[in-house]
Amino acid sequence: MQTLKTLGLAALLAATSGLVHAQDLRIGLQEDPDVLDPDQSRTFVGRIVYASLCDKLVDITPQLEIIPMLATGWEWNADGTELTMTLRDGVVFHDGEPFNAEAVAYNLNRSKNFELSRRKSEVSSVESWEVVDDTTIKISLAAPDATLIAQFADRAGMMLSPKAAEEAGEKFGLNPVCAGPFTFKERIQQDRIVLEKFADYYRADEINFDSVTFLPIPDTTVRLANLRAGDLDMLERLAATDVPSVMSDDGLTMEKATSLGYQGITVNVGNGDRANTPIGTDSRVRRALSLAIDRAALNQVVFEGAFAAGNQPYPPDSPWFNTAFPVPERDVEAAKALLADAGFADGVDVEVQVANNPVQTQVMQVVQAMAAEAGINISLTAKEFATLLSDQSAGDYMASQIGWSGRVDPDGNIHQFMTTGGGINDSKYSNPEVDTLLNEARLSNDTADRKEKYDAALAILQEDSPIVYLYHQVWIWALDNNVLGFVPYPDGMIRLHGVSMTE
Amino acid sequence: MTAVVDPQVLADPLPPRRRNRAWEKFRRNPYALLGGAVVAFFLIVALLAPILPVPGPAETDWSAVRKAPSAAHPFGTDEIGRDVLSRMIWGAQASLLAGVVSVAIAVLLGVPLGMLAGYLRGWTDAVISRFTEALLAAPFLILAIALAAFLGPSLQNAMIAIGLSAMPIFIRLARAQTLSVMTEDYVESARAVGIGHLGLIRRYILPNILPPIIVQSTLTIATAIIAEASLSFLGLGQQPPAPSWGAMLNIAKNFLEQAPWMALYPGIAIFLVVLGFNLLGDGLRDALDPRDT
Amino acid sequence: MLAFIGRRILIAIPTVILISIFVFTLQHLLPGDPILVMAGEERDPAVIEALREKYRMNDPIPVQYLAWAGAALQGDLGISLRTQQPVLELIGGKLPVTIQLAVMALIIAILIGIPAGVLSAYRKGTWIDWLANIVALSGLSVPNFWLGIMLILLVSVKLGWLPASGYMPLSEDPMQSIKVMLMPAFVLGTAIAATLMRHTRSAMLSVLKSDYVRTARAKGLRERVVLVKHALRNALVPVVTVITLLFGELLAGAVLTEQIFTIPGFGKLVVDAVFNRDYAVVQGIVLCTGIAFIAMNILADAAYRVLNPRMSDQ
Repeated sequence: MQTLKTLGLAALLAATSGLVHAQDLRIGLQEDPDVLDPDQSRTFVGRIVYASLCDKLVDITPQLEIIPMLATGWEWNADGTELTMTLRDGVVFHDGEPFNAEAVAYNLNRSKNFELSRRKSEVSSVESWEVVDDTTIKISLAAPDATLIAQFADRAGMMLSPKAAEEAGEKFGLNPVCAGPFTFKERIQQDRIVLEKFADYYRADEINFDSVTFLPIPDTTVRLANLRAGDLDMLERLAATDVPSVMSDDGLTMEKATSLGYQGITVNVGNGDRANTPIGTDSRVRRALSLAIDRAALNQVVFEGAFAAGNQPYPPDSPWFNTAFPVPERDVEAAKALLADAGFADGVDVEVQVANNPVQTQVMQVVQAMAAEAGINISLTAKEFATLLSDQSAGDYMASQIGWSGRVDPDGNIHQFMTTGGGINDSKYSNPEVDTLLNEARLSNDTADRKEKYDAALAILQEDSPIVYLYHQVWIWALDNNVLGFVPYPDGMIRLHGVSMTE
Repeated sequence: MTAVVDPQVLADPLPPRRRNRAWEKFRRNPYALLGGAVVAFFLIVALLAPILPVPGPAETDWSAVRKAPSAAHPFGTDEIGRDVLSRMIWGAQASLLAGVVSVAIAVLLGVPLGMLAGYLRGWTDAVISRFTEALLAAPFLILAIALAAFLGPSLQNAMIAIGLSAMPIFIRLARAQTLSVMTEDYVESARAVGIGHLGLIRRYILPNILPPIIVQSTLTIATAIIAEASLSFLGLGQQPPAPSWGAMLNIAKNFLEQAPWMALYPGIAIFLVVLGFNLLGDGLRDALDPRDT
Repeated sequence: MLAFIGRRILIAIPTVILISIFVFTLQHLLPGDPILVMAGEERDPAVIEALREKYRMNDPIPVQYLAWAGAALQGDLGISLRTQQPVLELIGGKLPVTIQLAVMALIIAILIGIPAGVLSAYRKGTWIDWLANIVALSGLSVPNFWLGIMLILLVSVKLGWLPASGYMPLSEDPMQSIKVMLMPAFVLGTAIAATLMRHTRSAMLSVLKSDYVRTARAKGLRERVVLVKHALRNALVPVVTVITLLFGELLAGAVLTEQIFTIPGFGKLVVDAVFNRDYAVVQGIVLCTGIAFIAMNILADAAYRVLNPRMSDQ
């Protein structure tokens, strides 16, 4: 009897100690990530997985300052054409391969020259590199590029194991090998991605989980239901309309951060025949549209006031926001006056294409109702995203409701859209003054100088308004009360360093 | 059967007594009457939509977003403050239209093809049958989704997509019915007497295959209404701000906790309309079925 | 019999080819360029060109089709544009999920439908018959995605009895696996139960009027024995053949059910693939389901022939 009791107790202890140690964090995602190869990947959710899988050369603080990660220091030469990076010593990849300057060189080459790499434009300024020694690499640029360091804080700076990447080639995504806090264990499409703690991680003491499971659950209601039921420990992109219910729930916590991106209405001002419309040819009509919208009410109705109203590529709390042009209040009279000025006192018709998902269509219906009061008659065409993108790119649209996920460096939110011939300039807006300002802003590493140039460009853009900015998404996370130490970042990433879960 | 056929019989294949009996049976069948009543109710509501005393379906009210049912809004308001009752009434138009038009497309395309296959047989039959089998091999909804995606999201395109996807059912039905009617004695006799192809089709085949086609049409309208709701639910049917029950459900699922009425009423409406058509179809089948149990 | 099956298979081949051509063409006519979506937000022209080359999007459609067909015959159904995973592997992974859902739904349907059908046939004309018929029709008339949403609201959110989504492989944790699939299987099963009930009812009705049932009754056998041993056994014959044909309905119903309950199965795969313009995946799925469907049809026909040799050909 005594032995039985002792055995029983021992078994219980063994079982419970096992429970305490095998901590798995379950995170609910909005979508299933695409291919798990940082050079080929293009989804936002993919980056969330990388935050735990692949460390980068540098990282950011919540205030968007660049801090060391795999690189411990960096220095520009006098004219900004040479970047010398000092790398961290003693770091290994998940397969045991050493992280060194050779590895960085391999990665730069892959990002730049691998035919399917989506990172080419991000590192386009890089011309060549030189491996000085194991922990030093010198990167030479064709021309100064202030955005490069910020690019290294994202996918372009994620380091893959050269051995694994060489072996797998384009199939790297099926079994990614990086240098992050967790290693890749398994992936079941549209069901889950499982990562396991990497014992030899250089900051292993900051990681408190044995495994992380990412579960894509597209339906926001179902995702929240899972969190409430305890099947998830945290989720990303809580629906704004669920915020009140989560706030009043004692068992859940909520965290927010304004994103780096924006949502707006892109107007076709020069992309083919369909630019010959009142709204496409006259900036007064575009400004009237902007004035007719009550952004605060839009935010309130659709997002319960949780998002941020916007009128520039940068959110109002961003250091790059031009404070000379605050987000305007609604002014229907001024809008009507502008329209009358432009010769459309009787009203004007605008066709807007929008992605056929509930949130965006809701936003546009509200805008439609508001604009109608100023005499702007909006008709909506809902399209699947793939079609929307094609039509926009080809100029087959009058106005298009679309957004941008946002980049750490201010150049990333404006250059490609507003410069003549910019890669994603679907409105085909072209203004030589803006071109000069934006191109120069890229070259300088002086923040004050850049701010001046962006402010000047933004002032011009307020007049021309090729994009009518509507709002900035706010990343909202809902967590179980026992998840501690989570820090919200404006890039929307879930960094697990310092995060722990009590039982 | 006498050797000489009475021309009156030839001209009038369904004896009048039989037709009256069908109506009698229909009238006495409680399911059929219930179904008919439900369908009629929704039809009337849909037709009267413009003159009913409810706010417009697109009238937004920022201060009344997602309000629970009350005197002012008997079914509550939706995510941008529109009256749910009003949107349901106007949505009835979209759903019923979708149901009827889709089936009309399916019947107008499918029945002639099926009759052709059954009448001519041989190579025509083989080709049409293979084509029909191929269409039937793809699950109905998936075919509809693909077609709707191809044509672009809109109510009209959804109706075309559903109609085309339902067409094979009618091809097969018309073909089978045509084949069985062709073997009937009176058709043999008619051919012997020398009545031409068109006459045969018009006077003998068509009237005799119509009853099961009517029954199938009614039942397919029910399926089509659910299909339209499904497509709208996926974002491929009626586009906002025009109301559609399926689209309303698509938005409503995001607000299940805060505003369950947004999901409850459109769902009940779809259920009732479809139930009505199913009951009607059942009643019609019982009434028109010569092999009564 | 063998000759019959062989002949049907031969006839099926052109049908399968027709399906694949039809779907292939349809997909490539879909508006919207998947390459643009795949290339990422930056839409780098160099990447777009490289992707077009890799996936042969620059070739004329007939050439692309032949390339696909050639590979398919060797068992290579291409790779998913979105995640680079081989299509066959993708389908292979999803199939057990949807099969589990379908089987559970079928079991629920049988448990509800057949007894209901038997009861209503036996008590034809009474309120039981009336009630069963209304319930069956209701099952048919309820939009299954709405039923799913309502159930999630009630069972998961309000009551917390069952999880609202996800999937657990049967091999890993059977209890959890069944719990997770219970609601979706119920939603799917109720729609099929109605059809099954009606077929059972009509089969039972005709059997109950038959000679041998009258004989069994005349022999003085107990009613229950007559019902189960004689009537039901013979009524089940046409019902069984109907079950094989319900396969198509199950798959169609699974599409929306999987979407709502986030079950990583076939249905969800197809819908997502159509929206993402993931050509190879849609093509592969339609091919597999087409073949499966035709196989089911042949099976049903053969079974019917075996069980009912009086049925004439065609």
